[in-house]
Amino acid sequence: MSRPELLAPPEIFYNDDEARKYTSSSRIIDIQTQLSERALELLALPDDGVPRLLLDIGCGSGLSGETLTEHGHQWLGLDISESMLDIALEREVEGDLMLADMGQGLGLRPGILDGAISISAVQWLCNADKSCHEPRIRLKAFFSSLYRCLGRGARAVLQVYPENIAQRELILGFAMRAGFSGGIVVDYPHSSKRRKEYLVLTCGPPSLSTTTPEGKGEDGESCSDEDSSEDEENQTVCISDRCRPRKKQKVNKRGKGRDWVLKKKEQMRRKGNAVPPDSKYTARKRKDRF
Amino acid sequence: MRLLTHNMLSSNIKGVANGFPLKIEVVTVVEKEVEFNIEFLKKMFSKVEWKALAEASRTMGYTELPENADASMLDSDDFLHKFHHALLELHLEEGALVCPETGRKFPVNKGVPNMLLHEDEV
Repeated sequence: MSRPELLAPPEIFYNDDEARKYTSSSRIIDIQTQLSERALELLALPDDGVPRLLLDIGCGSGLSGETLTEHGHQWLGLDISESMLDIALEREVEGDLMLADMGQGLGLRPGILDGAISISAVQWLCNADKSCHEPRIRLKAFFSSLYRCLGRGARAVLQVYPENIAQRELILGFAMRAGFSGGIVVDYPHSSKRRKEYLVLTCGPPSLSTTTPEGKGEDGESCSDEDSSEDEENQTVCISDRCRPRKKQKVNKRGKGRDWVLKKKEQMRRKGNAVPPDSKYTARKRKDRF
Repeated sequence: MRLLTHNMLSSNIKGVANGFPLKIEVVTVVEKEVEFNIEFLKKMFSKVEWKALAEASRTMGYTELPENADASMLDSDDFLHKFHHALLELHLEEGALVCPETGRKFPVNKGVPNMLLHEDEV
């Protein structure tokens, strides 16, 4: 899996070229839409048809925001990459956008949001891109300001790609310290490609309503589904694909065998080539002393 | 940027105790029509800081909003439409937001406010 956060800071990595590439790739659009659908599902907003005010953290070009709009919600999006926001403007997304850095804390009034989602963004906080960046301070600023601006009982669903266990613990630890309750939901834990992690956080102390929902495909069934494997093939070039033996040939110790030779000769005849007639000598090995 | 967002934003600069509401400096305002949804408006009414909204809409050149409002006014259709227009249809396209305490300007370009802080403001 590629890790753009190891290459450059987000505002530099997502330049005009990269932002355009990102948004014109139908594969990425598909994945992002699926992720945001699932995040919205995990957000568990009451199903009463009332539009909610949601925050999209790291909204980028507004792919995830479009899912929110489709479900009839109003949203604010923030991102640190100007190029991405430019694309979002071009795409005429419904939500309001702002250029902001989540690691500096969210400048929003307390208690106004009905929920927050974030797709593949929070792991960027674990990197120190400037000398003034201290990941722990940035994580703390982010989670405490998020806690503040969410209403009581509201949820935040953050889809993350932590690099390793330590990073996952770090992110979750700061979320808990900010006062959130909840945990990590892992979808398709047995698949290396479809595996997705969501931090499902609820404002306020743990209670029955804040239990972390179940992940999808935990029994490993869905991973072997026909269509799911098809998805996977579309997602990344499989290494094993590339070094697969070129053709499974039926070769035993004695060579290809008479049947194979007869089949080939028949094929050549059908093509109209001049082929010697079959006889008892066909496909026999020559004597050594020949 | 809609006034809904303006009503949610507050200045995030280190040491600022009350960064709300941000003052608006207008260069251009655009209006975009948005679907009217009563439920959302009623829900938002309790969250919106009315004074700030009325003030902001006046700066943007829309003077129809009353100075004060309470929940009983939500029954009036006329009021709801005005509220809807101010909250969701007025967009600040170019201009700036100004922190009420420090006077720091956050520029707004193409409707996107730049809320990035400098190193010493975090």
